[in-house]
Amino acid sequence: MTGEGNAPALRITGATKRFGAVLALDDVDLEVAHGEVLAILGDNGAGKSTLIKCISGVHRLDAGAIEIDGLPVSMTSPTVARALGVETVYQDLALFDNLDPAANFYAGREMAAPTWLPLGLRFLRRSSMTAETVNTLKRLEVRLPDPGAHVGLMSGGQRQAVAVARAAAFASRVVILDEPTAALGLKESRGVLDLIIRLRDSGHAVIVVSHAMDHVMEVANRAIVMRRGRKVGEAIPDRESQQRIVALIVGSDI
Amino acid sequence: MRSSDEPVELDPMHASGVTGSVGLSPSPSGVTGQAGPPLRRSYSPIHLALMLMRIGPALMLLVLVLILKFSSVKFLTTQNIGNILDQTAMIALLAIGMLLVILTRGIDLSVGSTIALAAVVGAMAFHHIRSGVVIIVVMLAVGLAAGAVNGLIYVYGKVPHPFIVTLATMGVIRGLALWLTQGVPVQGMPSIVVAIGGGRIGWLPKSTFLVAGVALLATLVCTRVVWGRWIYAVGGNPEAARRTGIPVRPVLVSVYAISGLCAGIAGVVLAGRLNAGTPTSGDGAELDAIAAVVIGGASFLGGRGNVGNALIGALMIGVIRNGMNLLDVNAYLQPIVIGVVIVLAVEIDVIRRWLEGRFRTMHAARA
Repeated sequence: MTGEGNAPALRITGATKRFGAVLALDDVDLEVAHGEVLAILGDNGAGKSTLIKCISGVHRLDAGAIEIDGLPVSMTSPTVARALGVETVYQDLALFDNLDPAANFYAGREMAAPTWLPLGLRFLRRSSMTAETVNTLKRLEVRLPDPGAHVGLMSGGQRQAVAVARAAAFASRVVILDEPTAALGLKESRGVLDLIIRLRDSGHAVIVVSHAMDHVMEVANRAIVMRRGRKVGEAIPDRESQQRIVALIVGSDI
Repeated sequence: MRSSDEPVELDPMHASGVTGSVGLSPSPSGVTGQAGPPLRRSYSPIHLALMLMRIGPALMLLVLVLILKFSSVKFLTTQNIGNILDQTAMIALLAIGMLLVILTRGIDLSVGSTIALAAVVGAMAFHHIRSGVVIIVVMLAVGLAAGAVNGLIYVYGKVPHPFIVTLATMGVIRGLALWLTQGVPVQGMPSIVVAIGGGRIGWLPKSTFLVAGVALLATLVCTRVVWGRWIYAVGGNPEAARRTGIPVRPVLVSVYAISGLCAGIAGVVLAGRLNAGTPTSGDGAELDAIAAVVIGGASFLGGRGNVGNALIGALMIGVIRNGMNLLDVNAYLQPIVIGVVIVLAVEIDVIRRWLEGRFRTMHAARA
């Protein structure tokens, strides 16, 4: 990975975002290191989605700073975020059901030649894209019954795995996962959690937004809790801290 | 599973032109010997049924041809095949453009009118300019312009659905053709246009070669060029396409422009055959083109379909009309038969989707 010195892969300071009269984010600080899984917890409307959308360039912060590997950056669009090595997997997965995994991986950033033509007019290097995709899937131990099938034919867990693998393939620094296990069964969740661990072990900084406490405890090295747009606590998620985390989420005293 | 209706290689049949391709297919040259993902491939009854259905349109055409072969001795003569190809050229050209539009979840109702406008403008220009090549360029430009206007109004005018835009331009363009000529055909076309529309090489109409050329080019764009991949992506998931940075708006404008251009080419063929620019020509041709694309298995929900099957759909319509003429069936029955074929073709697609769903749950259970 591209970590420089001891700077975290991603650091956010004083993140503030308003939608009209609503203060969606209020002075939130956050950092995540390479090889670390950070969970963002919070009830509905706590500001988790707004926060990750600001990181991935969908929204722009009204105030606050974002640093990638210690360097200040400005996330002006999703394309900029991707170019900086930050990939996001939203809950809807944003897959193309009518295309195969390789085409999904490279949608909008196709390998193509000759390079003197504008991208749209180039010829697809389909075998290279397929080979790269197979390699990535193999590296992340994602097993598909038929990797040439179009994604619409795959199960929920396989689709999630393809979406996560796509993000992993292009994220040089940070992978953000929004509710990666929400729509999955027990066994399929297991597969995705393993995938998150492999991402972490390969040196990615991983941010997971999730409601599933047991999943968070299993994969996250650290968790922050948000409520009403503010960061209200931070903890190492384990058996002992679970009670406290839940209390922070719902906002009651222990 | 892979389907034949999308620009994906991986298929040993399609990848044959690509040397040294490392496919995901379980070929020995692929990923054998590595601890990769399992590449086992099931050939269950569902799988076989699906494969059959993928070639459904071709199969239907084959059955139709066999039935007609045994019903009429005239049917499979070179002369009659030439006639069918001649009569199908216009629908086929429109269907290629229409396919691209339908791939993006759109529709283009204006192409029939565009044929007439291109033909009329070409014939009128021929009174002032004698160069056949210039006339052809003018006719193609009329088609391209009409299509581009459709796309620009739809995308940048933020009209909710292209049906509305092209319904409006269908009327406007037809009206322009009628108004320019006061409803009277303009006689005379350059010899090169007449040759394209009515000439033959042996028993093969020259227009057949034109259709083949356009179809090859369209297939190339759809399966090998990045822009074509983007057309499928925009049809498959417009929101995801936008998020991945695919230029969704230019892609959408381009498919309408191409559809208009195809109508312009069809206009050259029709004007050549009639040796005139007829303001009422091409009436209803847009519906034939849509029917051809649908019979060819393309989905109105976007992202599914290919050029070859659209051509088969066009041929099917041509063969049905021709066959019923040969068999001396009442002409009023033709639209009924074609209607039934449309429903049959779509029904096959519905069953295919259902089977694919079954296939998916099967895999999910196994995974």
